Amino acid sequence: MLSYFSNPQRFDQLARTLIPIFGALAAILLGVGVYLSFFGSPPDYQQGETIRIMYVHVPAAYMAMALYAALAVASFVYFVWRHALADTAAEVIAPIGAVFTVLALFTGSLWGKPMWGTWWEWDARMTSVLVLLLVYLGYMALRAALEDAQQAARTGAILAMAGIINLVIVKFSVDWWSSLHQPASVIRFDGPTIHSSQLWPLAIMAVGYTFLAGWLILYRLRSQALRRRARTLQRKREQAARAREEAVS
Amino acid sequence: MSAFFDMGGYAAFVWPTWGVSFAALAGLILHAVLERRAARAALRRLEDDEA
Repeated sequence: MLSYFSNPQRFDQLARTLIPIFGALAAILLGVGVYLSFFGSPPDYQQGETIRIMYVHVPAAYMAMALYAALAVASFVYFVWRHALADTAAEVIAPIGAVFTVLALFTGSLWGKPMWGTWWEWDARMTSVLVLLLVYLGYMALRAALEDAQQAARTGAILAMAGIINLVIVKFSVDWWSSLHQPASVIRFDGPTIHSSQLWPLAIMAVGYTFLAGWLILYRLRSQALRRRARTLQRKREQAARAREEAVS
Repeated sequence: MSAFFDMGGYAAFVWPTWGVSFAALAGLILHAVLERRAARAALRRLEDDEA
């Protein structure tokens, strides 16, 4: 399937079909999700109205991690099979993932202050998510710093794959170390431990975030294809001009 | 209604959380749309020169 869609035309056709579907699903799910977050769910018996922070905090944190996993997979595919599309996907995913990571940290801080009494704590979960942000930013800076596109792609891929270690630490930090942050309550072997009145808005928001991220990635991939076409055209033109010059002289 | 906006006394934490989340997602969408426009315009310029 991978080689099937690595054909640029076929991928473009698939992206064209998926973009409006993803966009519509994101809009509907986020609309319903916002409604349920405020009007379809009760205040928490311990946390009161601050529970409504969860409905954007958890999806943002989940996207920060899921997009990093996607970045690492795309990097691996590029590294092994040298698919240009996989590299472009990695390039496009990184800043989106970084924005979700900032959101996770920011909304977590705004939740931590009223519930834990602190904006920030250097514990395993928070520190590893901050490291996740630094890995995203480091990846983007590395790519921007290397002139040679191929070298940027290859070095970036290695960094992205190495960063998987940190992603594992983020996921299990709440189990391995005692932390202010609560352990997993949705994705766990014995099923979710939060009440369905809170699970529904949370799940709908999370799926909405996922489709929005999918929309952003596909939409940006198509823009990058346009840019690549422009670059090729430019290069051809320069070659033609050089050839003319040589013919004259 | 004002009870809703008061968020049980946690308005200062709940609303900035949602406001910043909304702004960030809107920013991502806007960036993607502007990027597409710029890419399309650049390509069109090159193609017009060709003709």
